Amino acid sequence: MSELIPVLLALIILIGGVIVAAVLTWFERRLLGVWQDRYGPNRLGPLGIGQVLADMIKLLFKDDWVPPFADKVVFIFAPTAIVVAMMMGFAVVPFAPGMMIIDVNIGLLFFLGMTSLAVYSVLLGGLASNNKYALLGGLRSAAQMVSYEVFMGLSLMGVVMMSGSFSLVAIVEAQTDLWFCFSQILGLIVFVIAGIAESHRLPFDLPEAEHELTAGFHTEYGGMKFAMFMLGEYLGLMLISCMIVTLFFGGWHGPALIGHWLPPLFWFGFKVFFVICFFVLLRAAIPRPRYDQLMSLGWKVMLPITLINLVITGAVLLWMEGAG
Amino acid sequence: MQMAESRVHSQVEENLYHVFGQALFTAQPCADSVLTLWVHRDRLFEVLQYLKPKFSMLYDLFAIDERTRVYREGQPASDFTVTYHLLSLDRNDDMRIKVALTESSLNLPTITSLWPNANWYEREVWDMFGILFAGHPNLYRILLPPTWEGHALRKDHPARATEMAEFEMGPERVAKEQEALRFRPEQWGMKKASDDSEYMFLNLGPNHPSVHGVFRVALQLDGEVIVDSVPDIGYHHRGAEKMGERQTWHTFIPYTDRIDYLGGVMNNLAYIQSVEMLAGIQVPERAKIIRIMLAELFRISSHLVFYGTFVQDVGQMSPVFYMFADREKLFGIVEAITGGRMHPAWFRIGGVAQDLPNGWEQIIRDFIDYLPARLDHYDKMAMQNKMLKERTVGIGVYTQQEALDWGITGPGLRATGIDWDVRKKRPYGGYDQFEFDVPTSNNGDCYDRAQLRIEEMRQSLRIIRQCLDNMPGGAYKSDHPQTTPPPKERTMKDIETLIHHFLNVSWGPVIPQGEASVMIEATKGINSYHLISDGGTNSYRTRIRTPSFPHLQQIPLISKGLMIPDLIAIIASIDFVMADVDR
Repeated sequence: MSELIPVLLALIILIGGVIVAAVLTWFERRLLGVWQDRYGPNRLGPLGIGQVLADMIKLLFKDDWVPPFADKVVFIFAPTAIVVAMMMGFAVVPFAPGMMIIDVNIGLLFFLGMTSLAVYSVLLGGLASNNKYALLGGLRSAAQMVSYEVFMGLSLMGVVMMSGSFSLVAIVEAQTDLWFCFSQILGLIVFVIAGIAESHRLPFDLPEAEHELTAGFHTEYGGMKFAMFMLGEYLGLMLISCMIVTLFFGGWHGPALIGHWLPPLFWFGFKVFFVICFFVLLRAAIPRPRYDQLMSLGWKVMLPITLINLVITGAVLLWMEGAG
Repeated sequence: MQMAESRVHSQVEENLYHVFGQALFTAQPCADSVLTLWVHRDRLFEVLQYLKPKFSMLYDLFAIDERTRVYREGQPASDFTVTYHLLSLDRNDDMRIKVALTESSLNLPTITSLWPNANWYEREVWDMFGILFAGHPNLYRILLPPTWEGHALRKDHPARATEMAEFEMGPERVAKEQEALRFRPEQWGMKKASDDSEYMFLNLGPNHPSVHGVFRVALQLDGEVIVDSVPDIGYHHRGAEKMGERQTWHTFIPYTDRIDYLGGVMNNLAYIQSVEMLAGIQVPERAKIIRIMLAELFRISSHLVFYGTFVQDVGQMSPVFYMFADREKLFGIVEAITGGRMHPAWFRIGGVAQDLPNGWEQIIRDFIDYLPARLDHYDKMAMQNKMLKERTVGIGVYTQQEALDWGITGPGLRATGIDWDVRKKRPYGGYDQFEFDVPTSNNGDCYDRAQLRIEEMRQSLRIIRQCLDNMPGGAYKSDHPQTTPPPKERTMKDIETLIHHFLNVSWGPVIPQGEASVMIEATKGINSYHLISDGGTNSYRTRIRTPSFPHLQQIPLISKGLMIPDLIAIIASIDFVMADVDR
């Protein structure tokens, strides 16, 4: 019986992930609407939530067209890669004690690996489209992802040092007393920024940058294949939010004193929701840097910060060990 | 003011006579008292070369098909006339040089070596009249499609589809038109590869999210760095100048709204002032102030759109919604006063269409009290943003000399430190009665151009407040017989007014023959309508000089060596609408 739980959970995540991502599109538009003094989709169903369904139906019924000049196989494969990789990433997320598909001792590395795989989707999509805008978008994402991958991994090493494990469950348990967002504040900042770059959302949406590259790497995509890219993007957003909560905000732990009033799953969901809102509003607020500016921000600011963070964390840990 | 101007005029004139001999020139009196001299074609280049140091800017260059013109008394015989309108900013002086051409020999030397912005103007003249410019680097069609037959502004070219053969767009025609639009780098003298890499040619537009309409730039790219670019315009050409020759003086007014479609009644102002100058109409004081108030409201409206889209184009998503919401409030006012919103077509020859409605003071006062706090808020949100600054400071820079060479006017010129605002230098339509500042800055980059426009909105608010506090009473329309439509109050009481009313409404007014143009400081730079009346109910030639046309021409110069995102910032900071470029 207990072997069935992960399977069941996997199914729930598979279906739930898609549904939540779809609802998220609606939620983001409504939230942006509030922020921007306008309504957003509010016609269909209560609060306009029926828009989700309408959009899905529209995308499903669109002509499944592959441009004659594109590399057909790769063109079709590219959008699936991002969805698969992001979905796989959810396998290691601990939603609540015991509620996860698999607790591996390299959970963190697995997550990093999966997000890296998602890059191929953008790259291949840009390349296979055989379109100049898509190519430029693909090029940009290659440069962007390769550099931000570095800081993303390094920024988490502080967390690993403090919890002494790559297992996400162990990391959450290590935060019972104090969340890492306090002790690893530098790591958190770098991880959030790298996370936005990874999920290529505004302000770091350079691979698609509609004002410059029309739609960047997915210029040639339409219908379901386009929807897959969007699904991948929203799954990525959710995954990054889950990871931020897991790694820095105590995972399923509630805040001290009132934490035990509500179940761990609620606290996890609540915190993830909060982080997602933050990402949405960030999108509304900040202009897009230029591509070379993003690169120099990465290598000249973020890399030193992560290295400093590593050195300080290491020094403090060693000192505490010596003192203890 | 008038006296001083005519003295400066005669100085230039005398110098010219002294150097080239008076026999070479024929002076033509114009209703706007701008010095207009006819020069023989053979000496044209020499004369312009002599004038170049005295007139820093080629303000306009256009042609006139004179073949069916009746009143040409005192002017040299000519089938086609090319007019060069020169402007000196430091002396605040301008003059026109005209050159007569016969139908059998339509060619002139190019003056692109003197004023680089002549390039597009000469292409336009070639496109519209078929006049060749010897030595021009790329004399291709500019506004009409490359496959067009004939030259559209010639009097014998049809003006309506009903006068032409049936239009068909079969597959063959589509293929032909598309092939004609293919960008060929060789045609523009571009290399396909450098020593160590192959260039990519990117076709940005005519449909692209950031080109503000239908504008196309062909980019020569090395990676993402722009090596060179070729702007391609004409996709928004509607033949407004040709329409001007068919519509009556009065019925052309709504067409002007759609030239700079963000400027609304500001366009009416440029057109109507030229007509009034030809007719010699004095506009009553109240009408003048109402016009200024409306024009400044539209300046704010246009700049708000600029502000929002500028910030959006550098990737900030939200501000544009706030600015459009404010613009919506503004349109509410415009609607309450004129009944229209974007294109009210509300100014009339001799005044405005109606008097102000009851309660107008309150709605305007509410708005001008409301906007400054909003502008402060936007400033914190957008202009103080560090990322926005990094994207725009030092990007798209041009110097004072480059601005003059390329015919840049408006905020784009003032961003290089030249304090030239027509409202101050040649106060038209009552601007001399207002207190306001002309903001300038010295960097000439994208950020400064945006900053100036924001400051201009504050100055416009000042002007509107003065209108509000000092609105004179009296008539909103002149009692001049050519006022259209004429005041109706007495039409049923005396036959004279009835006749005027009947004729001006049915035929439209007959404007005395002559030529005039009046510059105005429009939302995007200097705008003017050079109108030629042949003593009829419609214009013989309507030349619309718009600011955006030369502004776009300069894009290759200022985007060289930058990246695509910088080009987008530059395009956004120029603040153009394609309707204003293509007409």
